[in-house]
Amino acid sequence: MSALLSVSDVHIAYGKVEAIRGVSLEVNENEIVTIIGANGAGKTTLLNAVMGILPLKGRTDFAGQDMAALDIEDRVAAGLCLVPEHRELFATMNVEDNLQLGAFRIPKATAANSFERVYSLFPRLKERRKQLAGTLSGGEQQMLAMGRALMGAPKLLMLDEPSLGLAPIIVADIFRTIGELRAAGVSVLLVEQNAQAALRIADRAYVMELGEFVLSGAAGDIANNQRVAASYLGFQHEGESAV
Amino acid sequence: MNTTIMLFLLQDGITNGAIYALLGLALVLVFAVTRVILIPQGEFVTYGALSYAMLATGQVPGTAKLAVAMGLVAFGLDLFVARKSLHARLVARAVAVDIVFPLAVCLLTYALAGPKTPIAVNIALALLIVAAIGLFLYRIAFQPIAHTSVLVLLIASVGCHLALQGLGLVFFGAEGLRGPALSNVALTAGSLRFTGQSLAVYGLTIAFIVALWLFFGYSLTGKALRATAVNRLGARLVGIRTTLSGQIAFLLASLIGAISGILIVPITTLYYDTGFLIGLKGFIAAIIGGLVSYPLTAVAAILVGTVEAFSSFYASNFKEVIVFTLILPVLVLRSLAAPEVEEEKD
Repeated sequence: MSALLSVSDVHIAYGKVEAIRGVSLEVNENEIVTIIGANGAGKTTLLNAVMGILPLKGRTDFAGQDMAALDIEDRVAAGLCLVPEHRELFATMNVEDNLQLGAFRIPKATAANSFERVYSLFPRLKERRKQLAGTLSGGEQQMLAMGRALMGAPKLLMLDEPSLGLAPIIVADIFRTIGELRAAGVSVLLVEQNAQAALRIADRAYVMELGEFVLSGAAGDIANNQRVAASYLGFQHEGESAV
Repeated sequence: MNTTIMLFLLQDGITNGAIYALLGLALVLVFAVTRVILIPQGEFVTYGALSYAMLATGQVPGTAKLAVAMGLVAFGLDLFVARKSLHARLVARAVAVDIVFPLAVCLLTYALAGPKTPIAVNIALALLIVAAIGLFLYRIAFQPIAHTSVLVLLIASVGCHLALQGLGLVFFGAEGLRGPALSNVALTAGSLRFTGQSLAVYGLTIAFIVALWLFFGYSLTGKALRATAVNRLGARLVGIRTTLSGQIAFLLASLIGAISGILIVPITTLYYDTGFLIGLKGFIAAIIGGLVSYPLTAVAAILVGTVEAFSSFYASNFKEVIVFTLILPVLVLRSLAAPEVEEEKD
């Protein structure tokens, strides 16, 4: 079986400056993959380019289809969905409308199921369904952004820093939900600075530094890697420990 | 001044204000969705009004052919853009929207036009023609540059206005036209006389405002348009095509413009270039509404209409000056009250 998303030898440049240099990655079905790395490593750039927001050089395939000729809307229709770093909610519209628009591309009958699913994943959104998106707390906005993306029943959900600026207890909640997505048949590509939390729920991980992947492998192995531990997890391993 | 004159002026002002309200709403709608300041809104007014007036005399207006010609150009553009991934459904849609629709409208116009055609049919034909022109105007002039700055879009908009105005001269001639009234009923209440036409103006304006409110509040398409206005990237990320939103916005704006024109052409003689001034007054209302607020725009439009009525009574030479001066205190107030807005990023 071929990968759900495959990115091969991708270069992304802002003018003359190459932000991403020859990156390849794969996400299989029912898999949670995380990209960790410091601020400015190019993680967000990569996600935006895969979504079609930024132009890239190289090949990207999704569900067996070359995405070169597809624009953002086609990619959404194909089942690829991005929850961007800034969430990009419809701030002056209420929660329910935001979610309804998330199901813009799918038939009305299916949308009813999506509502149920999203409300069961995020009961908070159901309580606030008549509230304007812009007045929600940061954590609720993140839930709404994820909920809106899930409304369209995507095959692959790309999450850009879902924990950014959120209280630890809410972060735990969000990560638990990401873990639950796999059971619902949604694959996840997760970009995070909170490496510890990301590695705990991911199957595989890539480590990005200055626009390149310097390391990749099973999440457990990456978590135990000395260099990763020192740079991203904030502690040194005392010798090698088995996982 | 006695009360009767005041009432007359108020009535006049509200009738005109209702028209400006419609135009202002269309301007806000188009700006919110596409960031285009729609200068050619006035041309939609004249095209609607004069097409209707010509149809009423039994002639076929040149706008019907213009719609077909613009459709052909739009078709070419659609095919060119999609040249890398041409599939049957896409081509079929382009043929239906760009070729069949305007051609059908044009043929229908030729078939139905005559001195005995009922008013309702003439109105429907005029609306269809202008709607097609509005739709293709977006497709041809604005869709290819939709991502550029507000300034570029504004300049394109001025270009469209000039082009359409010139074409208006070709189609309708330099002579003004008047159209038949929608109804000849007249009611008298005290010293005021309400003609059927002015009642139609009020009725349709209110109906349109309610319809727009329902459309944006409850239909998925309306919500998608609002979403595009609130957050373009967010809208694209849920799969809303901003090009489609733009086309719908222009379609609505041209329809609203044409209806306004049809409503006023029985009251005042319209020339090929009258629309611009009418559109500008709607624009003042839209500016007072900050180009975002529909209710504020509607209220401001009534104010503009009333000020216009009173100034044409007291200082008719300065009528336009006074109306357009309204914008100055508003701009000053807004620039003092509003926090500094950064230039758009993209």
